[in-house]
Amino acid sequence: MSRESALVSADWVEEHKSDDGVVLIEVDEDVSAYDAGHIAGAIKLDWKDDLQDAVRRDFVNQEQFSALLSERGVKNDDTVVLYGGNNNWFAAYAYWYFKLYGHEDVRLLDGGRKRWELDSRELTDEVVKRDATEYAAKEPNLEIRAFRDEVLEAIGVKNLVDVRSPDEYAGRLLAPAHLPQEQAQRAGHIPTAASIPWSKAANDDGTFRADDELKTLYADAGVDFGKDTIAYCRIGERSAHTWFVLHEILGQENVKNYDGSWTEWGSLVGVPVALGDEPGKA
Amino acid sequence: MCGATKGGLDLKGVDVDKEAVIQGQVLRGEEPVGGAYVRLLDSTGEFTAEVPTSATGHFRFFAAPGSWTLRTLAPKADPVDRQVVAQYGEVAEVAVTV
Repeated sequence: MSRESALVSADWVEEHKSDDGVVLIEVDEDVSAYDAGHIAGAIKLDWKDDLQDAVRRDFVNQEQFSALLSERGVKNDDTVVLYGGNNNWFAAYAYWYFKLYGHEDVRLLDGGRKRWELDSRELTDEVVKRDATEYAAKEPNLEIRAFRDEVLEAIGVKNLVDVRSPDEYAGRLLAPAHLPQEQAQRAGHIPTAASIPWSKAANDDGTFRADDELKTLYADAGVDFGKDTIAYCRIGERSAHTWFVLHEILGQENVKNYDGSWTEWGSLVGVPVALGDEPGKA
Repeated sequence: MCGATKGGLDLKGVDVDKEAVIQGQVLRGEEPVGGAYVRLLDSTGEFTAEVPTSATGHFRFFAAPGSWTLRTLAPKADPVDRQVVAQYGEVAEVAVTV
């Protein structure tokens, strides 16, 4: 993977958004944002209602994902272009999710909704309805998804990257500062994890930084590119952004997103937790 | 957002004794700017959170006590930085003009 195969620019979207075989999809944390205005032709996926199981804490399964995309009119060979608010956090999460279920051609709009809005590009509230398709998701690719036991075994062995804000890492906050304080039972981070906030990988306008800057960022923070890497945050969406940077832009192999993330780890009985600004010992 | 009270957003349902709230409004002249982006940076300049403003230009953060910088990005305007101090039991109100 590379920047060229994973990212598209706003100009590219303007040029190709009406092409056959191109499907624009907006994915937001604020699920009302799409209804107020979206890029012409874009459909919406709700990261919670559409992509999470309604009862268990997990994804929708292969059959549910197939049914969802069939109903929304996405074909297996479509070029899916994802974008959203919050610097593409949830769009990157959806990107990871599409890759998990084996969709071949997925792209992220660089800068997402923010860059688009700051450029004063057009948004519309026009309702979009695509004809139903017969979408067939593949078996989930667990090469890019980490579970808790694997994370426990990775302490002191693999690169662990905590992409939350420094205050969340240190245990001074439990959640991002624009959300009320809630979630995990304990604050802190997984011992040995490097603190590399997702935001360091992005410019103020939400676009990704240049490849050489990104490599330097992770190397300087202690990521050994010769080792496997697991990224985590609070619920797996910001770490999907970092997974995207490492795996899709920089082309690193063996990078996983731990979507259980801090809400799971900080509530597990008996696992090690480190407090403060230092990574801590294995 | 339509029910915003004078001086800022309605705080109904927010326990201000337990939260260090930073909130305010982005204005261009006297006009509220909806769809601007307000970033909350910590005392070292590190990004902590970001919200788009509402149609009435309002924004709100639940921060930790301490010194923060608000960086506002709006269409056709240069970024604007404002310093603010947050503490439990107080609502820090900030008006940002772009």
